[in-house]
Order: sequence, then structure tokens, then C-alpha cells
Amino acid sequence: MFLINCPFCGDRDQSEFSSGGEAHIVRPKQPTELSDDEWAEYLFMRKNIKGIQFERWNHVHGCRKWFNVVRDTSNDKILSVYKMGEKPPVNYK
Amino acid sequence: MKNKYSVFSLIKNALSQHENWQQAWGNPEPKKEYDAIIVGGGGHGLATAYYLAKKHNLKNIAVLEKGWIGGGNTGRNTTIIRSNYLWDASAGLYDHALKLWENLSQELNYNVMFSQRGVMNLAHNLQDVRDLKRRTHANRLNGIDAVWLNTEEVKKFCPIINTSPDIRYPVLGGTLQRRAGTARHDAVAWGYARGASDMGVDIIQNCEVKGIKRNGDKVEGIETTKGFIKTNKIGVVAAGHSSVIANMAGLKLPLESKPLQALVSEPVKPIIDTVVMSNAVHAYVSQSDKGELVIGAGTDSYVSYTQRGSHNIVEETLKAILELYPIFSRMKMLRQWGGIVDICPDASPIISKTNIKGLYFNCGWGTGGFKATPGSGDLFAHTIANDEPHKLNAAFNLNRFVSGDLVDEHGAAAVAH
Repeated sequence: MFLINCPFCGDRDQSEFSSGGEAHIVRPKQPTELSDDEWAEYLFMRKNIKGIQFERWNHVHGCRKWFNVVRDTSNDKILSVYKMGEKPPVNYK
Repeated sequence: MKNKYSVFSLIKNALSQHENWQQAWGNPEPKKEYDAIIVGGGGHGLATAYYLAKKHNLKNIAVLEKGWIGGGNTGRNTTIIRSNYLWDASAGLYDHALKLWENLSQELNYNVMFSQRGVMNLAHNLQDVRDLKRRTHANRLNGIDAVWLNTEEVKKFCPIINTSPDIRYPVLGGTLQRRAGTARHDAVAWGYARGASDMGVDIIQNCEVKGIKRNGDKVEGIETTKGFIKTNKIGVVAAGHSSVIANMAGLKLPLESKPLQALVSEPVKPIIDTVVMSNAVHAYVSQSDKGELVIGAGTDSYVSYTQRGSHNIVEETLKAILELYPIFSRMKMLRQWGGIVDICPDASPIISKTNIKGLYFNCGWGTGGFKATPGSGDLFAHTIANDEPHKLNAAFNLNRFVSGDLVDEHGAAAVAH
């Protein structure tokens, strides 16, 4: 349980948000060209990191906008929040 | 068994004030090399080592555990055991485990307190009724005992349930598996540890895996906090931390690790003699032999390794519990905790080889791994020893995420994941 600083609404309780999982997984540009292995990688395989993870969140019970978060999954501390389409901060590996 | 437990050993030890009981399992330092190493000393890992030694004649085995054995999800679950899954592959897997449970105390000479008190799954809307009836039929076709109960029969089987039609999610019926039940979670880990240790398996606690050494496409050993250990067979049974170990070997898994919570109440006199689960409102409850209500809540929606879980999840579960069991309204909760569960996209486990030779994974049990402990260990041991899956776990391979041949138990399992 933690607060998330929505870039549009400010600090709100995590229960207002829904997690969209790992961020920066790019949708295949030419789906018809993809092999089964590449589909599996895109659809199912996840880094599932213990530590600093880049992820997507949706303020589903608020402004309903998507944005990105950098969070340490070992202690739930949020290190950075940035909007969709922005470059991820470079100071986190 | 070197020190067989029996009524005679109990009497003998009573005469010496119970001060001379032998240590149940050894506490060795790691050797330089093993034929097989199991990463993770929970129920599944210890069972794997036990069956490797017992059925596959591998003697030089180690189990590495970063904390103490049975201290992860084995010690954190709500101990429910059932096999009423929808699909044939799952029914085969979980019923294999249930059959092993039925004889486990005798097998291990260790009382795992397996109690076939029945598990009832409630239906709260018409879709639940259709799904659960379908599952009952599927179970019976697979030789698994299952019956459909209407609302009156539910009330008769568990009188404290509020079956009033006026509650928010009224009880429209339920399914019952009478062979299902509960067991003592610690005893399972301890019993398998004792049995494995007795056959020469080294159980090494406080030994964390730091890296997996690969030579091309095969494994060569494990870097640990107690130094490097050579081996060419590694079975990873690390539950919520499976992805962490996989990443060390340069492998990605289709898993997300999330906190799952449970809580127990103060102990009271016997009030509920079965296990009642409710998918739609996500509440399940049973009563431990100590008299505590054991209540299972849901998972958080996000990846986390914190072993805590969010307050709002507990709140929602307790709301549902109070509506279904108004008699519990003044009970105090004593403890709440979280465990990290590794959830697969199809809510079915992975017991599989990988494309790295000598590296095997047993993971993805998500919110329901405890019930499968003996079966999981047995089948994983078979997979490691023969480098091929047993027919019961063939469907639970890692390649199903490439082939698309998923075992989709998400909506079909008896409880939401």
C-alpha cells in the first residue's frame, strides 16, 4: 500500500490505480511477420524484476489516464513518475 | 528410517523428559559437487529432493534455502488441498497430488495432519452456477469426486453461512469435494526434510543463490553465499523468486510475482468443520486445529516482493466474510501476513525443462501451490532424473507459451487468481 503521484491529479492512494505491468514493451509493428517465439516474448515473457522496475499505471478511479512509474519492487518505493511517450529517466538502470 | 516415530518412541522419550529426541534433519556444510541441486527449501523443493532420492536413486543431492526451510509460501498459505480443477491436465496433476496426500503421514512417518474435511465452493450469481455445475461434471468425468449442492444443502452442510436471499451476493448453491481438506503446512516441509535427510540429502539453510554458472547452453554450478558448488542438474523451486533465479541464468519466464495475503483470528471453539471458498466475493475460510479462523484474501494487482500486501485487499475480504458469516462480526484478527506468489498468464504451473541443459523450473503455482506439494515434488523429480517430463506434467511445459497450448485455469479454477 502506497501513494502514487499521478502526473495529472497529484498524490492519491494506490487503490485508485490499476497496474498495467512492465512498461516499454513495444507492440510489434508487423504482427504478421512475427514467429511463435517472438509472439511468446511479446505476450507472456516478463522481467518481473526484484528491484527497480519500469511500469505502467492507470489512474482508473480518477482521471483514467495512463502514465509510467519507476518503482523499487523490493520495498514499493516510487522513484520517478513520467508521462506516456516521455523518455524513461536514465539515472535508473 | 533411522529414528522411526511410534508410540514406543514417544513413551521412551517421555521417560527422559523429552530431552533426548534426535535432530530430525542434518545441518551440513555444502560439498564441492552434487549430482543435483534443488534451489528452494519449501515443501515443493524438499519433496522434489525426497522423491529424487527415493524413486530415482540419486543420493548426492543438496537443497539450498536462503532462509529456513518452509519459511516462504509453505509457511504462509491457508493449507487448502483439493483437486476439483476443470481441465483434464490439471485434474490429472492435482488429483495425483491428492492421492499422495492421502497416504503421506504413513509414507513419511510424520503426521502431516491431513484432514479430509471437504472443500465447498459457493456460487453467487447465475454464471457461477453454470460454471460450477460444468466443473462438477468435468470432475466426475475425470474420476474426481464432486457434487452440486443447492442453497438448502449448502446451509445444511455449513449452518453458519448466511443464505438469506437479501444479501448483496446471495448463495445460489455450491460444489463440494469431500476428499478435499487441509493439512499442517510446517509438518509437510519438516516431514519431507526429515525423510530426505535420512536418505543422505544435504539440506543447507541460510545459503542464498547468487548466480548460475553456464557453459554455453548447459549449467555448470551455482554461486552461493557459501561459495561455488559444482553440479550439472539444477532444479529451481523458488516460488515468488523464480524470475530472480531465471534472470541469473539469462532466462525470462512468463511470471509476475505479487503479494498474496492471509490472516488468522483469535482461537475459538470449533465452529466451522469444513473449508468454504467463494470465488465471486473472494473470501475463503477454514478453522485450524488450534481454533483460529484461517482466512485467505486476494493478491495485489501489481508486482511486488515485499511480503506485505495492501490493506484494502484485506478490507474487501473481511467485508465479504462478514456478510457470509455474520456470526464472526466480533472476532478479533490476530495475525496478517503476505507471501509472494508467482502467477502464470494461464494460472497453471510450469514443471519443465528449459532450453538450458540441466536447468529445470518448477514454478508458476500462483495462489494455489500448497495443495500440489507431494505431486509437484514427485513429477519434478521424474523430470529432473529422466530429463523428460512425466505424462502428468507434460502439458505444464514452458513451451506452451510459444505453442499456444495453454492450460487456462484462470476462470476455470475454483477461486479467482
